[in-house]
Amino acid sequence: MTIHADHSAPETVAGDQAGDVRAKFGISVEDYMLPARHQIQMVNPDGTLRSKDEQGTEPGHEYPTPGDSELMAAYERLVVGRRVNDQNSALVRQGRMAVYPSSHGQEACQVAAAMCLQEGDWLFPTYRDAVAVMTRGVDPVEAMTIFRGDWHSGYDPKKYNVGIQCTPLTTQLLHAVGVAHAAKLRGEDTVVMAMCGDGATSEGDFHEALNFAAVFRLPVIFFVQNNKYAISVPLSHQSVAPSLAHKAVGYGMAGERVDGNDLVALMAVMDRAVKLAREGSGPLLIEAHTYRMQAHTNADDATRYRPDSEVAEWQAKDPLTRMKAYLTDKGLLDDAASDRIAEHAESVATQLREGLGEDVPVQPLDLFKYVFSKPTPQLKEQSDMLAGELARAESAGNTDNSGTESAK
Amino acid sequence: MTVTTTATSTTTANVSAATASAAASAAATAEATGPQSLTMAKALNTAMADAMRADPSVLVFGEDVGLLGGVFRITDGLMAEFGEQRCFDTPLAESGIVGMAVGMAINGMRPVIEMQFDAFAYPAFEQIVSHVAKMHNRTKGALKMPMVIRVPYAGGIGGVEHHCDSSESYYAHTAGLKVYTPATVADGYRMLREAIDSDDPVMFMEPKKLYWSKDQVDLGALRAEHDAGTSTEGRAAVARPGTDATLIAYGPSVPTALAAAAAAAEEGRSLEVIDVRTLVPFDDETVCASVRKTGRAVVIAEAHGFASVSSEIVARVQERAFHYLAAPLLRVTGFDVPFPSPKLEHYYLPSVDRILDAVDDLQWED
Repeated sequence: MTIHADHSAPETVAGDQAGDVRAKFGISVEDYMLPARHQIQMVNPDGTLRSKDEQGTEPGHEYPTPGDSELMAAYERLVVGRRVNDQNSALVRQGRMAVYPSSHGQEACQVAAAMCLQEGDWLFPTYRDAVAVMTRGVDPVEAMTIFRGDWHSGYDPKKYNVGIQCTPLTTQLLHAVGVAHAAKLRGEDTVVMAMCGDGATSEGDFHEALNFAAVFRLPVIFFVQNNKYAISVPLSHQSVAPSLAHKAVGYGMAGERVDGNDLVALMAVMDRAVKLAREGSGPLLIEAHTYRMQAHTNADDATRYRPDSEVAEWQAKDPLTRMKAYLTDKGLLDDAASDRIAEHAESVATQLREGLGEDVPVQPLDLFKYVFSKPTPQLKEQSDMLAGELARAESAGNTDNSGTESAK
Repeated sequence: MTVTTTATSTTTANVSAATASAAASAAATAEATGPQSLTMAKALNTAMADAMRADPSVLVFGEDVGLLGGVFRITDGLMAEFGEQRCFDTPLAESGIVGMAVGMAINGMRPVIEMQFDAFAYPAFEQIVSHVAKMHNRTKGALKMPMVIRVPYAGGIGGVEHHCDSSESYYAHTAGLKVYTPATVADGYRMLREAIDSDDPVMFMEPKKLYWSKDQVDLGALRAEHDAGTSTEGRAAVARPGTDATLIAYGPSVPTALAAAAAAAEEGRSLEVIDVRTLVPFDDETVCASVRKTGRAVVIAEAHGFASVSSEIVARVQERAFHYLAAPLLRVTGFDVPFPSPKLEHYYLPSVDRILDAVDDLQWED
């Protein structure tokens, strides 16, 4: 590993950036950082393509339409994502999963956040981003293990370059910043996708992460899924900024708003963001307007804080039906392709039912095994105590607990 | 947004000047062999420099640690020698510093970060407790957290409000963190090297009042000790042998305990002083062996006594050495009040007199 010892005083970065922006986009750095006047939207809810001048693009905020094969691949994952969401909610009802914060309605965001990345890039998700995690390549059963209740993280983050689905809001954005910073110091062109929701933008770590990323000019994309509610509290109680994307300029990065239920627009905006970040333009903040169609989790009752009419309004903007109509009209999606995709989705659902339906025997002594890399005598003592209890229970005929292996 | 070139070139000039002086002092340190007079500050500084020379993934960052060399100058010269990529100032945000370090540790680095003062570290508490301490466990060991969080802590320097907290109990209470606190110049070097080498996260609590304490140390011997893999983790030191009672102390309280033992010796009482060194993991064996030998003990700590490291030590010793005790264990700790203002800290901190009073109360007449 080499870390270059050349001195790049941070003060010069902002100056460079203004010049870079002017040269690259022909607009002022402020116009580059402020989001376009309207959100980027390419496809109407009925699936028809919007005309170029209705897509919300402006000079310096231009987005080419993604290619057909990219869109077809994304659509397939969209269908799989929806099926996974609904399968998991069913598994919760059957008692097979402890909890599942469904991203039903937000699947276009999930798919775009994962698909815009390349090998070697990293994704830092929240607890509502399991579909993005899966789309990024994490084994579906491993991705859902956190919700099953037998361990906190079901996968090795380094195997997939995907952080653990994070519960303490926006704390993972700083980890994304650190991963990007380490990569940059080694001269690697890693891009990091850092995800959070609209309510989470009120957290202090959101501010610190965006500021750090901007000051160190790191290739991090902060992707905010604005689904309008933080459990029950509407966005109006979180922020009175013109939009969440407007916060970008305060940190010295580019912000953009995009229709979060329009997969075409999302892919276009995210692809460009990744490209800019990788080229060294620094971090970006993307706000996607979407809607959490279901309750926060199975423990929540959404009818207590939002009217059915609002839900119905968003039902009409569903990302799946919109994308299906668009691709069908374009002649890309026929019945055969639809059937094949549905079959794929069903096979993933089956995988989840089977994988999460199995009772994985818990290993009680694992409680101690991983607390430290180099274990302590105190934990060895406690582990031995539990092992003794287990052995006594076993000899008394109670074999419910299976772990007898001593901690290392 | 726009910055004049003058500002930039000034910074560069300062960096160059710092480079020259630091390179000179680093070279002087590196060449030194045999015993020499060294401060704790310089020992810590040398430990970081040596670790950075040995491993390019070791990074140092925090507030004012770059050009200034830290408000206590513990990182003095590191930016000049290793460049702004490896020793740098961050925006002023402690949660950001720790959270970014977590990401760097995930991605192959060994961050050594500085919290400017004990009480300034609290904004980072969530990152420390929810991520630094838990990452290895929640990923079943897939992600290691080889990072050191350096915290200048405790009183005795006449610091104003929010600059003198003894915050070690918060960290010692958190499963998944190791907590080191050196009390001698040699341990400053030894323990910081070991903390940087550790694949576990270490809260490295530096007693502020000992930064300028001096001792004769042989850096060459310490380096050889390090290279041989000698470990202090979980190994308390017998700072002064004795037979009549044991003083159990750590960090800033060790010199106070030693002074009390010296005073007691003049009165004919032989006190053994144990320097705990690492609060987590705790060396039950050495501490209890001493108490079993002497039958009497006083635990000394600057922190509030209630629900603290000192109360944990008392509990552990009586659990393991009850039948050897000739008297209840006593404690001399800070009172359960917020850390006092400079003119009052004298009344708050454990003192030689208060320690000797506690020793007198160890039921000698029985």
